[in-house]
Amino acid sequence: MKSKGTRYLALPYIVWMCGFIVIPLLLVLYYGLTDRSGTFTFDNVRKIMLAENFRPLYLAMGLSAVSTLLCFLIAFPLALILRSRKVGKGSFVAFLFILPMWMNSLLRILAWQTLLERKGVINGILSSLHLPEQHLINTPAAIVLGMVYDFLPFMILPIYNTLIKIDDNTINAAYDLGAGFRETLLRIILPLSVPGIVSGVTMVFVPTLTTFAISNMLGGGKVFLIGNVIEQEFMLNSNWNLGSGLSLILMVFIIMSMALLSRYDNGEDAIL
Amino acid sequence: MKKIISNAYLFTVILFLYAPILVLIALSFNDSKSRAHWGGFTLRWYMSMLQDRDILSALRTTLLIALLSALLATILGTMAAIAIQNMRAFPRSVILGITNIPMLNADIVTGISMMLCFIAFRISLGFQTILIAHITFNIPYVILSVMPKLRQASQVNYEAALDLGATPLQAFFKVVLPDIMPGVLSGFLLAFTMSLDDFIVTHFTRGAGINTISTLVYSEVRRGIKPSMYSLSTVIFAVVFIVLLISNFAPGAKKARGAGA
Amino acid sequence: MVPQTLRGFYELEKALIDLQGITKSFDGEVILDDLNLSILENSFVTLLGPSGCGKTTTLRIIGGFEKPDKGRVFFEGKDITNVPPNKRQLNTVFQKYALFPHMNIADNIAFGLRIKKKPENYIRDKIKYALKLVNLDGYENRSVESLSGGQQQRIAIARAIVNEPRLLLLDEPLGALDLKLRQEMQYELIRLKNELGITFIYVTHDQEEALTMSDYVVVMNQGYIQQAGTPEQIYNEPENAFVADFIGDSNIVPGVMLKDRLVRIFGADFHCVDSGFGENKPVDVVIRPEDVEILPPDDPKGILHGRMSHIIFKGEMYEMECTSSDGFEWLIHSTEMHEPGKEVALYVKPSNIQIMNKPASEDEEAIGVEE
Repeated sequence: MKSKGTRYLALPYIVWMCGFIVIPLLLVLYYGLTDRSGTFTFDNVRKIMLAENFRPLYLAMGLSAVSTLLCFLIAFPLALILRSRKVGKGSFVAFLFILPMWMNSLLRILAWQTLLERKGVINGILSSLHLPEQHLINTPAAIVLGMVYDFLPFMILPIYNTLIKIDDNTINAAYDLGAGFRETLLRIILPLSVPGIVSGVTMVFVPTLTTFAISNMLGGGKVFLIGNVIEQEFMLNSNWNLGSGLSLILMVFIIMSMALLSRYDNGEDAIL
Repeated sequence: MKKIISNAYLFTVILFLYAPILVLIALSFNDSKSRAHWGGFTLRWYMSMLQDRDILSALRTTLLIALLSALLATILGTMAAIAIQNMRAFPRSVILGITNIPMLNADIVTGISMMLCFIAFRISLGFQTILIAHITFNIPYVILSVMPKLRQASQVNYEAALDLGATPLQAFFKVVLPDIMPGVLSGFLLAFTMSLDDFIVTHFTRGAGINTISTLVYSEVRRGIKPSMYSLSTVIFAVVFIVLLISNFAPGAKKARGAGA
Repeated sequence: MVPQTLRGFYELEKALIDLQGITKSFDGEVILDDLNLSILENSFVTLLGPSGCGKTTTLRIIGGFEKPDKGRVFFEGKDITNVPPNKRQLNTVFQKYALFPHMNIADNIAFGLRIKKKPENYIRDKIKYALKLVNLDGYENRSVESLSGGQQQRIAIARAIVNEPRLLLLDEPLGALDLKLRQEMQYELIRLKNELGITFIYVTHDQEEALTMSDYVVVMNQGYIQQAGTPEQIYNEPENAFVADFIGDSNIVPGVMLKDRLVRIFGADFHCVDSGFGENKPVDVVIRPEDVEILPPDDPKGILHGRMSHIIFKGEMYEMECTSSDGFEWLIHSTEMHEPGKEVALYVKPSNIQIMNKPASEDEEAIGVEE
């Protein structure tokens, strides 16, 4: 397909991209760096230093980091077990772990809300056993639980995909040369699964850092993350300038963490 | 011993992943408003779901958006992938770089940026804006599914078709397209599911009076969950489970699966 | 057919590896059935056979990557059946090399030594020595993927031998290389074996490779040892039709042993050197294509008569076919050209005729040639 004409096939897409990716982002930049009257200012960006904006960002980073770490700690041994069992890519067991990824994420959060609520399933069972009710929902822990639950399959899939690509003989060679399980894990398996780990971390860290739905549903408006702040500025306060300014900060954080991660990543996107 | 521990581990994770969903399914058949007590089996929540206009129209909107956006994204994305494949290194990396933005960027930023854009161009928020937004975040998945297949599809086949007298268009539809079809299909399916699952971008681009399942759940949740929501969840889980089961394990699906996610 | 072992060759010497009654099956399919094999220190032993014959499984059992269902593995008389691979005094060169892709060449070679916590300056010297030995001096900092297949192969060998194993296991190490490189590496391996003075167990399906390199060849098929012996014995005196057919081209024809040293093939009587088969006994006769001599049709030495039917020029010789009067197509290798259609007489020297017992019918399948 080397004929010159094929190049014009990209034209509709290029127009589309400019219209709906590039221009929108430039608009965010414009609103973020101007005030309501349209004059240039850094005020919106600077407002991240206010406690009411900084604390949600700080909290979001903390909860997101903890969730990402937990996802990794659960997913890696799991993927390792699946690999050692020779659970193939098309097997039913592997399918079971990836399936929740395709189910509507809000409905899955709804499930946890039902379980954790003050009058929810867990407290209902506790009280029917005459045990004291627990304060489960509207805590940072509940949000971390929701994040881990929602995004765990997104960590499992890429790690599993890179692990099953490691040749059995590469691992056998390490044993053959005298390495025990721990040494083989640390020196061979872990370094070789870095591309999968990087994809997994990206796919968990970015959405959990910027979520507002999970914190809203499991935090009951009491736990405020940076995503909630931005959402409110747009949908409630109609302060597009401040919302855009904070979004710019968020993008800078995402770009920085991606750049950091991409130093370790040399593989193709592991999910596809 | 090692086997017992690893079995227990697999089982625990499965329990963690599925227990909440099973609880929802149980509640959808529970004839009691309390969530802690089993009031007997009932289908009345399913009945009220089928009579709920909001739910039905959200369901219709969701499916229509998913189908249309996946279809249009597949056409635009496949065309773009073919063109990108033949570009020189520089324009190619620029376009692929921009293509990556919606996948890597936070959904919330994608959502608000498009909302700002629609308002700036005076496009009223509604069905059409949700559709445009979904097409936009779907195209990159199609391109990423099709590109590897194009790379594998050999240039020789296309040239052989020309050599045997086919016009470039015939050569494309008779030789190249069947070759990259698994990638096109998996791109379509990926786009379809991404659209079904989306909440955040839809939330910012939908405008008043129109809901998808995700946005409906989100607004219902604030008002208190109705049991008919559980019926809806059960139906959706069942459909997803069955569709994925068939596409993964039906005889004949084996070949196509290698291509997709 | 009773499985053969190498035991007979060196009853008095001590075996480095001794496999006793090894049985292994996967998913109910028997891969190895009561296999017995002893391997002498300092020998170059090749396990040869078609794919699925059990040769790689045998190697993996010696390496410790598979456990036999039944039977024991002895290393210098010590039972190592349950010793994990990382505690065995041997190293493996894997099929497709299995180099660690995330490490450079030096780190790959150093891997085993670092695990054993050897001092860094010792390791540096060892790397240098090993790279020199495999003719790749100065490759320390190269990445794995920048090396050609042949070079990766050498690194895999270097990575194994720096650990000073007593025994090196090689699993089809030259399988992925092209013909010319493979021949070069064959000489290289023989040189290495002689310089290092360690035992090599080599797995291949390439009979030419096996005959060129080994001190002993073990021919396997369907989980059984078909024949074990020196390359000369295997080639010149195949014990059954499988070995004869698998090792080189041959004409395998039915015959009747009329009496000692006389066999009748297609109604013509051939003198041979074998005896002890009894009188009027049906046998299989193996005649190598290079041993069939083509004579003018009226030559009194000629035994069978036929017409040349086919010819291909193969470079070092012509490969021809001659249809004898009974319809059998004889495969003949010769440096002389004989045009198709020409009437000829065929002659085989008595010493070039190899007589084999017909396999007992129930074993026929077990040694059947896989096509």
